[in-house]
Amino acid sequence: MGSSYDAVIVGAGHNGLICAAYLAKAGRKVLVLERRHVVGGAAVSEEVFPGFTFSVLSYVVSLFRPSIIRELDLPRHGLEIIPLETAFTPQRDGPGLCRWPDASESRREISRFSQKDAEIYPEFSATMTQVSRFAKNIIDSQAPDPSSLRPQELMALLRLGRSFRAGEHGSLDLQAKLFTMSAVDFLDRWFESDVLKAPMSVSGIIGTYLGVRSPGTAYVLLHHYMGEIDGAFRSWGLSKGGTGGISLACARAAEAHGATIRTEASVESILIKGGKAHGVVLENGDEIQARTVISCCDPRRTFLGLVGEESLEGDFVQRINRYKFRGSSGKVNLAVDRLPQFRERSGSAHLRGDVAIAPSIDYLERAYDEAKYGEFSRRPYINVVVPSLMDPSVAPPGKHVISCFVQYAPYHLKEGPEKWPEKREAFGDTVVDTLAEYCPGFKESILHRQVITPWDMEHEFGLSEGNIFQGELSLEQLLFQRPAAGWSRYRTPIQHLWMCGSGTHPGGGIMGASGQLAARSILESRQL
Amino acid sequence: MPIPTPFHSRTSRLCTSMQWKEWAGYYSVCSYGTSHDPEYFAIRHAAGLIDVSPLFKYEVRGPDAASFLSRVTVKDVRKLKMGRVTYLCWCDDHGKVVDDGTVSRLGDEHFRVTAAEPSLSWFDRLRRGYDVEIEDSSARIGVLALQGPTSRDILAQLTDAELGEIKFFATRRCRLAGVDAWISRTGYTGDLGYEIWVDAAGAETVYDALIEEGRAYGIMPAGLDALDTSRIEASFIMNGVDYYSAHHCLIEDRKSSPYELGLGWTVQLDREPFVGHAALKRELETGSRRRFVGLDIDWEEVESLFDRYGLPPELPTSAWRDSRPIYDSSGDWIGQASSGVWSPTLKKNFALGQVPREHSQPGEKLLFEVTAEYRRHKVSATVVETPFFNPERKRS
Repeated sequence: MGSSYDAVIVGAGHNGLICAAYLAKAGRKVLVLERRHVVGGAAVSEEVFPGFTFSVLSYVVSLFRPSIIRELDLPRHGLEIIPLETAFTPQRDGPGLCRWPDASESRREISRFSQKDAEIYPEFSATMTQVSRFAKNIIDSQAPDPSSLRPQELMALLRLGRSFRAGEHGSLDLQAKLFTMSAVDFLDRWFESDVLKAPMSVSGIIGTYLGVRSPGTAYVLLHHYMGEIDGAFRSWGLSKGGTGGISLACARAAEAHGATIRTEASVESILIKGGKAHGVVLENGDEIQARTVISCCDPRRTFLGLVGEESLEGDFVQRINRYKFRGSSGKVNLAVDRLPQFRERSGSAHLRGDVAIAPSIDYLERAYDEAKYGEFSRRPYINVVVPSLMDPSVAPPGKHVISCFVQYAPYHLKEGPEKWPEKREAFGDTVVDTLAEYCPGFKESILHRQVITPWDMEHEFGLSEGNIFQGELSLEQLLFQRPAAGWSRYRTPIQHLWMCGSGTHPGGGIMGASGQLAARSILESRQL
Repeated sequence: MPIPTPFHSRTSRLCTSMQWKEWAGYYSVCSYGTSHDPEYFAIRHAAGLIDVSPLFKYEVRGPDAASFLSRVTVKDVRKLKMGRVTYLCWCDDHGKVVDDGTVSRLGDEHFRVTAAEPSLSWFDRLRRGYDVEIEDSSARIGVLALQGPTSRDILAQLTDAELGEIKFFATRRCRLAGVDAWISRTGYTGDLGYEIWVDAAGAETVYDALIEEGRAYGIMPAGLDALDTSRIEASFIMNGVDYYSAHHCLIEDRKSSPYELGLGWTVQLDREPFVGHAALKRELETGSRRRFVGLDIDWEEVESLFDRYGLPPELPTSAWRDSRPIYDSSGDWIGQASSGVWSPTLKKNFALGQVPREHSQPGEKLLFEVTAEYRRHKVSATVVETPFFNPERKRS
């Protein structure tokens, strides 16, 4: 193969595509290689059943950086994001709690459970806005390096320290707590009603193998809460045509800047000579030369798969081995012939957001208990979204698609992860049975069902151990430790090999920051 | 006191927020819900149903209807084919815009004109010598704008009209839910959309049918706030907001010519004289003083400005229409933005306004006034091409 590129990117996940777009925009000759037949990685839409388009895995846009939307002109390439409006927590024996964009309406709803909570709620939101300003600094820049004495690094740390201090309400104290507490402990300081705390606490455990009472989950809660705050810029929502719409827009932007994208081009390994990457080999034996190789795959696939232990030092291999995946969630996508009817709720306004099956803290903790011993939760936390309500393009008229994110579905079943295919349908039944407890007649409305276990995520989508964030988004795997201390800046021990996936800082969710920051780092390095 | 439109019995039931305003003497919904956001997103992703009945409407009939309208407006309406709609403006003798609107050819000798302001007496003043009848049909006809990507699918359930034939800026007479109606492929949102024209007697039937059939297509009644956000994204100007009718201006400087409003493309000079002809010809030769431009207000600067006060950037929750000053790069006042919006789709902060011609080229760097923590500041703004939002489906 005579062709040679400035950069070849392994994996057309949204981060890979964003990285490609920025590099191509800077004039580099870029090739993106994708194993599957569609681009998007975990941010993909597929018409699984005729007329029904599912956001197969990732289903909401959280924290997608508005700067990426502007700089890559993504709306011109087809990106359209529809904000989620409500947050509904149904109950088995009542109308549940719905939080609305209208503050007074939310206050009245919360008052039915606790007037105190209802009145504190806006205060909580204001404080979280303060804290989020600090978090925004973190996700919009490279991870600081606390071990370095370089003036540049010290300045960065100083800036971070300042933004720590900048908040009012004694927010330094608050932030220290956020970093160490459990989501429930943190929320207990504010609220008393379970039906309010439970759905809020869930943000602390998404994509982790932790429970809402596990230490460190308060920070993760913040990480996700940011998405709602950022909602002022309306980036917490659904992508038109499913989350694949984001990937397609990024792909079109990359192509408009001259990048080439090849699907069904599976990379076998990264070519390394003298500690330097110089290209990739495809499964079909083709070799592609490039000055830089960028992996959008997770750290395990990148280093233990594409690179190979033999090219790495033992210490680094060990650190990658220790990097935790422990996928804990599954996905059930449904095609239905009518909207779900929750008890004592009429109309559809309460469905124009996310619906959390999280009736109490104990419910969530019990769901975790089962996962701890290698079983999927018999009554799991389910995050339900009905995208077709706001985006009719994903279902035939009058019919709907329902996306169910389900936790816990631990990759490590006690019988071994390879038993997942046998348990797939039982897992699907559990999800449907659970929902049916809240929605009478729900089962009868189902036309089609797609069940995705962590095993499927690993084997079909290349997510090691089925972790949706390319590695657990837990406190010890964030910032300068993502994916490994000393290697949080998209560089790797192999020269000219970079990382740009969700397994790097800041990682997680359809944020795009990893791809954007990786591209920036690569261009600044002048290696390219 | 305002009066109800032909759809009032329906819109008033749906307007749970009780947010109304007066529009041309009618009760008009600003926002059906407490926030207009869902209505805006319905327009962009499903369909929004907007009651635009308060538009002024005139039926111009008679053997001289075409030549009369060619005399009154800046366009040669004689060339307008049957079943076509055109957008244009009309001027006073000095070539200053009086109003803008659409003209539809409903028959050989029948045109319908829409206007933002009462225009009968102005048309009547110019009528002498033309064999035309002008009827003010404003109250007689109810108008609904059905706008958004699923609008065509919804109409297809309800009408015998061949919607594929109603191309961009076309209009057809048809049966809609059993009611005699005109459907035009027009709108004020910059999206795929239609406007539906029915006699007041059939208005409620049509409204009910659209809401009923539209449910499966995500239809939502939408108010003027959602419409305003859409129309600014689509860069459509508005009489009384982005310019003032020459009839109401106390000073010359307030008046605007079509060229100054970005409507130069509607002016057809190579023909018999029309109202304002000579002045417009002169202006084209000597050049206009001002241009109507779109501004992209630097978001990063706005963000860091608010950050200085320890605040997240504060966004107006809806489109604004109080004028704001525009300065050149050295900080001198050069013009004003007349309306603007944070575009929920493009994630950019846009404004429409007038600046001197020499500052109107796309790419020109200007300064725009932003208020942060009660204090006025200047941030960078760049002149950009309009429309800001121009999806392919708009013309499809």
